[in-house]
Amino acid sequence: MTNTGAASVIRMTAAELAAELAAGTISSVEATQAHLDRIAAVDGQLGAFLAVDPEVSLAAAREVDARRAAGGSLGALAGVPLAIKDLLVTTDMPTTSGSRMLEGYRSPFDATAVAKSRAAGLIGIGKTNMDEFAMGSSTEHSAYGPTRNPWALDRVPGGSGGGSAAAVAGFEAPLALGSDTGGSIRQPAALTGTVGAKPTYGGVSRYGAIALASSLDQIGPCARTVLDTALLHDVIAGHDPRDSTSLRHEWPSMAAAAREGAGTDTLRGLRVGVVKQLMLDGVQPGVKAQFESTLALLAEQGAEIIEIDAPHFEYAVAAYYLILPAEASSNLAKFDSVRFGMRVLPEGGGTVESVMAATREAGFGPEVKRRIILGTYALSAGYYDAYYGNAQKVRTLIQRDFEEAFSQVDIIAAPTAPTTAWQLGSSSSDVMAEYLKDATTIPVNLAGIPGLSLPIGRAAEDGLPVGMQLLAPAFEDARMYRVGSAIEQLITDREGSPFWANAPAIESSIPGKAAE
Amino acid sequence: MSENPAPSEITVDTVRHLAGLARIALTDDELTAFTGELESILQNVAKVSEVVSADVPATSHPIPLHDVTRPDEVADVLTLEQALQNAPETSDGMFRVSSILGEEQ
Repeated sequence: MTNTGAASVIRMTAAELAAELAAGTISSVEATQAHLDRIAAVDGQLGAFLAVDPEVSLAAAREVDARRAAGGSLGALAGVPLAIKDLLVTTDMPTTSGSRMLEGYRSPFDATAVAKSRAAGLIGIGKTNMDEFAMGSSTEHSAYGPTRNPWALDRVPGGSGGGSAAAVAGFEAPLALGSDTGGSIRQPAALTGTVGAKPTYGGVSRYGAIALASSLDQIGPCARTVLDTALLHDVIAGHDPRDSTSLRHEWPSMAAAAREGAGTDTLRGLRVGVVKQLMLDGVQPGVKAQFESTLALLAEQGAEIIEIDAPHFEYAVAAYYLILPAEASSNLAKFDSVRFGMRVLPEGGGTVESVMAATREAGFGPEVKRRIILGTYALSAGYYDAYYGNAQKVRTLIQRDFEEAFSQVDIIAAPTAPTTAWQLGSSSSDVMAEYLKDATTIPVNLAGIPGLSLPIGRAAEDGLPVGMQLLAPAFEDARMYRVGSAIEQLITDREGSPFWANAPAIESSIPGKAAE
Repeated sequence: MSENPAPSEITVDTVRHLAGLARIALTDDELTAFTGELESILQNVAKVSEVVSADVPATSHPIPLHDVTRPDEVADVLTLEQALQNAPETSDGMFRVSSILGEEQ
């Protein structure tokens, strides 16, 4: 395949590539090789992947090609490469969750989202970088080094799923899996000019996802377009007997909703809520300007913009940073140096207890330790009711705010993140100030509702992508795809090309090889 | 039970005690750093007590589910080899750990 051919393959959307694969004009081996070549050319600079195994990926691609040649029935995305966030366990590649604690870990089973993707014929192209155990918003807390933003290599891609977002933005894969506990799919999507969705809690199985905070974690899809995101959502959604919190619900096709949304008069009469409390004081002017101009576009199409008051949202970050550390401190107790993961012997040996303490000191990074200590405090006798107990009550109040909002509007729109991508290494040493950056995404996880982020333009002051998140009531995931698709169409019409198409070229780190 | 504990002073000893409970052997530098950070975080998150009242129920799970059961059938069984494949140390088909009790115990 010529360089030009490979370049066009990696710039196809998943839907376009799937159509070419179905028509037989491209084989899965060719598509997989094109993406592996792209990873080889640019990932030295992006750092989106923690593990790639060309033999494994190409073998899976050959199998799909053979099944297609034999006339077998294949899923809509069969043969399309898929990047997998490294907190989803996989049998054919290592899984670390971005931590030294799990360096070299090989799972004896696949996460359900991975198993469903494989069954649908998707080709695992590699495991993506992330903040350690998904704790962070920049991917700088990975034990294996940061990921860089394809729009500006000196900037963060957001986090914790910065690797998955950078992989799709940088044309290393058309699709990726992520996880969203407090915004880890949506915020990186916003910072990298891509699309990412957090499904309704329980919509996608968490089996085989290395747990951060079990009542908040949700697995979801990442891609460059709303339709591609929806196509992957359809593959991974559904009840799983291995996850007792997964929902028994007949989900409509998200892809059908996305197609329908782009094709009809979706926005006429749509009631769009704008929550006062999600327009943060510190919001960057260029983010605010793009958000407001998108609202104006919606109004031009006949949508009604309604201001919403959600008085308890200002307590969301506080509740989140009690609930999350409490659940994380419990979930991470399993890294005990006995059954899997690292083991460090203290000087002069010691009991299993001191081996455990030495291992956890060496294997966990500072952010992980900080949150475990905080969670241990929040759960300790005498403080439990005041901290964890009251945080759970705040959760109820936030759910009530959303219920009240959705009695007035069909969908809520908000800036996904208060700023565009920031400089690597520029994060404040004030931990609490960093936590407050997630104030726009966290209420969604506390309430369990679905949210989708899509690019709506670039900030005037730095030229970097700005994302808008669309929030729908629980179980109404299809609504955000329908509306998201309509907005994406408006943005594409305004820009004259799809948003992702304007990502800057990345110089190949392989001499003489064009990385376009 | 107190709904509004006076923001207690987080001391290095508090953090050392918590690290012991969490089985993390922190260095002195870490103890000092975490003490300041924990104090700052707790001052911010303590505001959850401001808005709640006794009549607000707690939400432990975002989407209510009841009586989640499934038939108790043997499935997804790992082989001994699979179960031990990631173990730091094994012996005779078992996980091997350091001694449970110290010398003076």
